[in-house]
Amino acid sequence: MSFNNLDTLYRQVIMDHYKNPRNKGVLEDDSLTVNMNNPTCGDRIQLTLKLEDGKVADAKFEGEGCSISMSSASMMTQAIKGKTKEEAVKLSHIFSDMMLGKDYDDDIDLGDIEALQGVSQFPARIKCATLAWKAMEKGMNEEDTAK
Amino acid sequence: MNAKEIRELFPILNQEVNGHPLVYLDSGATSQKPIQVIEAVQKYYHNDNSNVHRGVHTLGTRATDGYEGAREKVRKFIRAKSTEEIIFTRGTTTSINKVAASYARANLSEGDEIVISYMEHHSNIIPWQQVAKETGATLKYLPLQEDGTIALSDVSATITDQTKIVSVTLVSNVLGVINPIKDIAKIAHQHGAVMVVDAAQGAPHLKIDVQDLDCDFLAFSGHKMCGPTGIGVLYGKKQLLENMEPVEFGGEMIDFVGLYESTWKELPWKFEGGTPIIAGAIGLGAAIDFLEEIGLDQIEAHEHKLAAYALERLSEVEGMKIFGPKTAANRAGIVTFNLDDVHPHDVATVLDAEGIAIRAGHHCAQPLMKWLKQSATARASFYLYNTEEDIDKLTTGLIKTKEYFSDVF
Ligand SMILES: Cc1ncc(COP(=O)(O)O)c(C=O)c1O
Repeated sequence: MSFNNLDTLYRQVIMDHYKNPRNKGVLEDDSLTVNMNNPTCGDRIQLTLKLEDGKVADAKFEGEGCSISMSSASMMTQAIKGKTKEEAVKLSHIFSDMMLGKDYDDDIDLGDIEALQGVSQFPARIKCATLAWKAMEKGMNEEDTAK
Repeated sequence: MNAKEIRELFPILNQEVNGHPLVYLDSGATSQKPIQVIEAVQKYYHNDNSNVHRGVHTLGTRATDGYEGAREKVRKFIRAKSTEEIIFTRGTTTSINKVAASYARANLSEGDEIVISYMEHHSNIIPWQQVAKETGATLKYLPLQEDGTIALSDVSATITDQTKIVSVTLVSNVLGVINPIKDIAKIAHQHGAVMVVDAAQGAPHLKIDVQDLDCDFLAFSGHKMCGPTGIGVLYGKKQLLENMEPVEFGGEMIDFVGLYESTWKELPWKFEGGTPIIAGAIGLGAAIDFLEEIGLDQIEAHEHKLAAYALERLSEVEGMKIFGPKTAANRAGIVTFNLDDVHPHDVATVLDAEGIAIRAGHHCAQPLMKWLKQSATARASFYLYNTEEDIDKLTTGLIKTKEYFSDVF
């Protein structure tokens, strides 16, 4: 049996984030909390964000899900730290384009996130990869309306 | 029964997926369709398509005969007394919702109880949650034993004189357990409650006799039993149906329409508002003919054998956890499991790359997932066209999955 095309999905970097998630946990106190789940499959994420001076000062996640959803959450929290809200949301849009197999803005260094590109070839798994990003966008929107 | 020969009758199974011969182990979600059913639907649209119960032209008569002929096939299939008790619906979900919307809303009030079990599909949970909210009735759950079965002592302890509705699945779509519906119905009746049966996973696999079960309502879907999607059945005892109000109003279901008042047709048509699912019913009739020609007893025995074989083979896989009863006794052809350290989505993706289709997720049974303490599980479900060879391929695929994931780590 050969699992060659699976290797485009399960890249080493992804497995590393799955096994050793970055920013796992819950931020205390007056941080922004977003809960989101994927009703069709049972994946679930709780994202806590700390915003200071319009920037993401810290981000953590908790949740249950497959390698793709959890590694994506880990990478996302890593990527948005230190970014402004606008930058974070823009990154989410780039990620979404990447998942849909569209041309995306490659001026920005995506770092580890690039490894998730292979997910676009597995349509059934795209929603796994985008869960954490949707949660982050929701959090940013709520923050806007709360003001 | 020769599964290899039966398989030849299902054109879809004769294809490669991701470079491998398709191994379809997701019949619990929906079954594949034999050529006989595909051709029956095609023949209807080719030759007989017309509306039913209207007009006097020849095609109208053919369509009506086909549609009502299918009703008689369903009656015989579940051994109901009369076709007045057979209502065509869109599927199990619609059937249960009809009982909830008509019977339950009219007969329940505050202080009454509805009893369901922890292993129900969402379609046999949410309609009752809604009824409970609207009528003030209380929703109660039958607990499960360690192995996922229902103990009759718990049934006796949960159902009281306040219980008006008991609704339980004949076969669990996750655990594969076959429930003692006849005994549960007896206890329900001793307390004056009506017994509703979700037969979505039962009808495709077991011989059903509604008179022997003595259930009051029974619901199932055509698409899980070799029939088309979009057609299902609600069986109800005549004396109950007669006293129930329709849920949908319009054409087909009326007797006389005045300016401000109308009257309903007799059973079963008063529950079938609008142009019915004619091709679907004809396809379901063809599916019933197909299943009965092979024999439900044979199908049940075949699946039972596959379940036993799957339990044995899957246990060979390291880190395998199988949910539900450990033996094949009282088990239909459904095996739900998890592999240590590999999420079921990842299991399903790796197997799919090998052409093996299984289901991963919560299987529309979130309360049961909670009881199992799992956020998701993987499920292989078998039907008459599956063979031991399919299970061998599944086992090999799972061993490779395990290896693949320990390698990438
Ligand atoms: C036990 C059980 N009940 C109900 C249903 C719902 O059937 P349908 O979606 O055809 O209405 C299913 C199908 O998934 C099922 O397995």
